[in-house]
Amino acid sequence: MYILVAGGGKVGANFARTLLKDGKHEVTLIEQRRDRFIRLEREFEHQIQLGDATEIYVLERAGIARPPDVVAALTGDDEDNLIISQMSKEKYGVPKVIARVNDTRNQAHFDLLGISPTVSATRGLMALIEHEVPEHDLVHLLELRKENLEIVEVQIDERAPAAGKRVEDLDLPEGSRLISIMRNGHAEIAVGSTELEAGDQVLAILQPGKEDELRKVLLKS
Amino acid sequence: MKALVIGCGRVGSNLALQLDREGWDVTAVDEKEEALGRLGDHWAGGFVLGHGMDTDVLREAGIEDADAVVVATDGDNTNIVIGQVAQQRFDNQCVVVRVLDPARAEFYRQRGLRTICPTSVAIDVLLDSVRACEVRPAEPAKT
Repeated sequence: MYILVAGGGKVGANFARTLLKDGKHEVTLIEQRRDRFIRLEREFEHQIQLGDATEIYVLERAGIARPPDVVAALTGDDEDNLIISQMSKEKYGVPKVIARVNDTRNQAHFDLLGISPTVSATRGLMALIEHEVPEHDLVHLLELRKENLEIVEVQIDERAPAAGKRVEDLDLPEGSRLISIMRNGHAEIAVGSTELEAGDQVLAILQPGKEDELRKVLLKS
Repeated sequence: MKALVIGCGRVGSNLALQLDREGWDVTAVDEKEEALGRLGDHWAGGFVLGHGMDTDVLREAGIEDADAVVVATDGDNTNIVIGQVAQQRFDNQCVVVRVLDPARAEFYRQRGLRTICPTSVAIDVLLDSVRACEVRPAEPAKT
């Protein structure tokens, strides 16, 4: 595959490096900062170009008109990533565009302009941190944007209304399911007859926005 | 009539002042507090401190009932994104966006965004000025 990577920061450079290590892909990396470009050029040689990837002539020099199989807009600037993605998709018909979201508050702009999929290190990190912080009763583990579903983890304590109840007796919000129960270090698939106990870590799948309903059923009376 | 001017630099501030003189109810938005100074001591219009990419800032500035939105920050890509948000998310009918790069201005113009490219305007004006000069290219010398 031919893959065009915009942005030679930590994310972009490591992504390009990984692709090249696979040995199966042709990669061009675009970096606009000269100091970074000079440092990376020693490693990437002809596979890196200097320039602003939101400039059409820079994109064309990097072969956007072929077009590439994939464009990854991974700069540290959300506006730039949006513009690179829009032009790649709509002007050059690139079949697959992946955009990085730096500030999660900008996700709505990517959604509005039809840029999908997006990746966000901040979002991923926040989920991992939440997972480690005990105060959070409901942790977002994975977001499946295209499917409009998310996977969350819930910790059942002794005061939780769900403790002592069977899964089939819970009045779960529509469109949600319990996936698995983690108890004493062992995970088992949640079925109707599974009885929840205090201390259980439950994985659930649900539509985004239904977290509060799920919380009510599992955690608060 | 309410106008929102996002980006209150040299262009945005003078535009805001002129619209204000013409009777518009103007609110300017800029992420730097100094930008308010460009509007002078007697500015009676609105001013919201914040980034135009932030929809809370746009709402505070009244984008939901603005009759016209002018986007003129110093970043082309920022302007293009904010312009599209104003048009598509807030359904503003009159959105004007400054884009310095002629290529990007043209691409987004084709997609229905009203982009104004000062670079192209400057090129046209300069060309006209050169053409209007009294001097003509020298005739080749006859030998």
